[in-house]
Amino acid sequence: MKIGVVTFPGSLDDGDAARAARYAGAEAVRLWHADPELHGVDAVVLPGGFSYGDYLRCGAIARFAPVMETIAREARDGLPVLGICNGFQILCEAHLLPGALTRNQHLHFRNRDQRVRIENATTAWTGDFSAGQEVVIPVKNGEGCFVGSTELLDELEANGQIVARYVGENPNGSMRDIAAIRNEAGNVVGIMPHPEHAVDLLTGPSVDGLGFFTSVLKAITPGRRTTTEEVPA
Amino acid sequence: MARVVVDVMLKPEILDPQGQAVAGALPRLGVSDVASVRIGRRVEIDFSGEVDLDKAREIADKLLANPVIEDYTVRVEQ
Repeated sequence: MKIGVVTFPGSLDDGDAARAARYAGAEAVRLWHADPELHGVDAVVLPGGFSYGDYLRCGAIARFAPVMETIAREARDGLPVLGICNGFQILCEAHLLPGALTRNQHLHFRNRDQRVRIENATTAWTGDFSAGQEVVIPVKNGEGCFVGSTELLDELEANGQIVARYVGENPNGSMRDIAAIRNEAGNVVGIMPHPEHAVDLLTGPSVDGLGFFTSVLKAITPGRRTTTEEVPA
Repeated sequence: MARVVVDVMLKPEILDPQGQAVAGALPRLGVSDVASVRIGRRVEIDFSGEVDLDKAREIADKLLANPVIEDYTVRVEQ
């Protein structure tokens, strides 16, 4: 099983995401923003950081990277994609997830261990959790406040598309305490806290984050996808 | 200069914490009669040839603004 991790100019957490994929038992494949080829990966992680310097809006420019065009197409065809922090922002900008992420209400960058409740365990990335389970993973963002219209928020609630919520103090003012959402199909998940930083007790507050990466390995059907690499010329 | 100006503002219903922070600082300047401040972005696009307003609108809609949270106006600068 291969999990691809994209590196954009300004990505920070690609190394940790690749490590988390390896801890889960996958082969981590590094993908490059300027290369549209996905190199046969079975799932993709868009890591945290400040792609393209967060210029204009977080994720606004990364959305147009060559690799994102392929990912957007494959995601609509069922490719599991997890966007973490800046990756979540990119998924919203690319319209693979609804809503938008805006400046933290208190204007402060917030970096701390955060308790979140898994609300939906049916996605490609949360199958190893149970609904209602609480986990502790680090949050570190300046623009993590999820916003959407009341209609959108109601729709997300009704469809079970809210994947995780903050427990205790909301770190960024996110509407309805949203920490993670999914698309309708459940293969695309965006999460603001960082599961890849909670896979090793030496460096993280827990190993709760590993569940996101082990979940996707069970959700992947090997050989389901063909890549352009495998298509005869 | 074949210039188009795009103004991007957060939609009225979206909280603007930057604007609030600025409004909160105004009393320190002795200003007490400002009801609210909202912060947006002005983008100047200089075409190398003739102004292409349709192209400018596309740039604004696809890249400069996120229509989920922002409104924009596009105009040719006289």
